[in-house]
Amino acid sequence: MGAGHAHPLYLDRAGRVHRLAPEVKIVAVLLFTIVVVVTPPTRFWAFAGYALLIAVLAATARVPAFWLLKRATIELPFVLLAVVLPFAGHGERVEWLGLSLSIEGLHGAWNIFAKGTLGVLASLLLAATTTMRDLILGLDRLRVPSVFTQIATFMLRYIDVLADDARRMRIARLSRGYDPRFLWQVKAFAVGVGSLFLRSYERGERVYLAMVSRGYTGRLPQPAHDRAPARQWAMSAALPLASAGIAVAAAVLT
Amino acid sequence: MIDVATPALNVSRLHYAYPDGRAALRGVDLTIAPGERVALLGPNGAGKTTLVLHLNGILHGGGGTVEVSGLPVTPGDRPAIAEIRRRVGIVFQDPDDQLFMPTVAEDVAFGPANSGVRGAELDARVDEALAAVGMSDHRDHVPHHLSFGQRRRVAVATVLAMRPEILVLDEPSSNLDPASRRELAEILESLPVTLLMVTHDLPYALELCPRSVILDTGRIAADGETAALLSDRELMRGHRLELPFGFDPAAAAASRADRS
Ligand SMILES: Nc1ncnc2c1ncn2[C@@H]1O[C@H](COP(=O)(O)OP(=O)(O)OP(=O)(O)O)[C@@H](O)[C@H]1O
Ligand SMILES: [Mg+2]
Repeated sequence: MGAGHAHPLYLDRAGRVHRLAPEVKIVAVLLFTIVVVVTPPTRFWAFAGYALLIAVLAATARVPAFWLLKRATIELPFVLLAVVLPFAGHGERVEWLGLSLSIEGLHGAWNIFAKGTLGVLASLLLAATTTMRDLILGLDRLRVPSVFTQIATFMLRYIDVLADDARRMRIARLSRGYDPRFLWQVKAFAVGVGSLFLRSYERGERVYLAMVSRGYTGRLPQPAHDRAPARQWAMSAALPLASAGIAVAAAVLT
Repeated sequence: MIDVATPALNVSRLHYAYPDGRAALRGVDLTIAPGERVALLGPNGAGKTTLVLHLNGILHGGGGTVEVSGLPVTPGDRPAIAEIRRRVGIVFQDPDDQLFMPTVAEDVAFGPANSGVRGAELDARVDEALAAVGMSDHRDHVPHHLSFGQRRRVAVATVLAMRPEILVLDEPSSNLDPASRRELAEILESLPVTLLMVTHDLPYALELCPRSVILDTGRIAADGETAALLSDRELMRGHRLELPFGFDPAAAAASRADRS
């Protein structure tokens, strides 16, 4: 879908994965994540297999590894939590470089780290290859209740307008000698937030009137795009099927 | 005015008070013939926007009737209201209120899609409406990233796509630069519809609308030829209407007559 509505995580490439219908990609990533999450953490080979799948997928989608890893840092807070577990855990302990680590804690940490990373990478790949508009469209086609997709659509449209309102109000404050360094001027900021809220509320009402004037009765018209062809479903089924295969293989082999 | 034809718009003894008790309309009578272009003038707070919101049944319940090409606006009757909203297209003052879809094309498609148009016909409608306002190149753009004048034009397109019989515009020339203002006038002049235009821009009213109506404190205060109303100093001053410095309505009307 042409220009615009790229979000910060979107990577504009003319790749194969980019051209897949959004609902197909959403389902594939969801199923993949489920398979990853239900895999017992001790099946180490399975996780290596999943990582390989992600790597192949990233290559097909033409998303550079470095780009992906940089954005994967959003999971760092969780990784930090995971690092604490081996020290804090109970039960049997092992000595490693003079540190006493709980085995149970080690498994817990691995569990969080491996599954978290794979889930984040898969979601990032979805985001990198799908615009916001298409994501919402995909959810809509997957029969996600229209309240959610409508709210998301409006947010998508008005987040810019609101940000612009906020920016204009800030400039107007600054032009009249407002200097947020002084504590007693915090009031102006608080009032600003309040009036931003009021403005958006009133705008919401005006937008609603304008929509009703054009015949809106509570449901957004469905975009008349074709459903995803079976070929695309088959193609993207490769991801969850391969991961399920790996999970089963790992279960049989160990 | 042709008496035999059903009027495009017939408003009769319309009253309205806002929930906080403020009376905004106190008995408005207005009849517009098909194909007429009428300017609705009046000071701030006169009730112009309130009147506009009655024309497609968004506001109602204060007494009086509104008829669009003979079809009465009955608030409870859903199919009738849907038909009224297809016939009466309202372009609101702030295009940001009107444009809410993620792309220009989707926004223009919103109205006709609500009245059941689908597929190739819907695409044709969108193309036609965008072409009419000269915005075909921007169909996949994000409304927010267009200039104000472009957004106003797209807002007009969203309503044109519904092929309304009556086009109602709330202050269409506000915030437009002179060139956009003129281009919008050319677009409006070329449309084969009945036009009701709320405006504070008196030269614009004179340019586009042969007839004007002055609304003040919820009542129609004057109704007549635009050039005549604008030249009546007493009347103008009495309703807080002021011409721009140096503007001579008689001369402007004469030059307009020459041009056409
Ligand atoms: N939502 C509302 N609630 C209460 N009173 C309102 C509301 N909207 C408008 N009014 C009042 O109704 C009266 C008519 O308002 P309206 O918006 O119709 O004026 P207008 O002629 O469009 O003015 P302007 O030229 O400023 O747009 C005003 O006195 C206004 O204060
Ligand atoms: Mg108004």
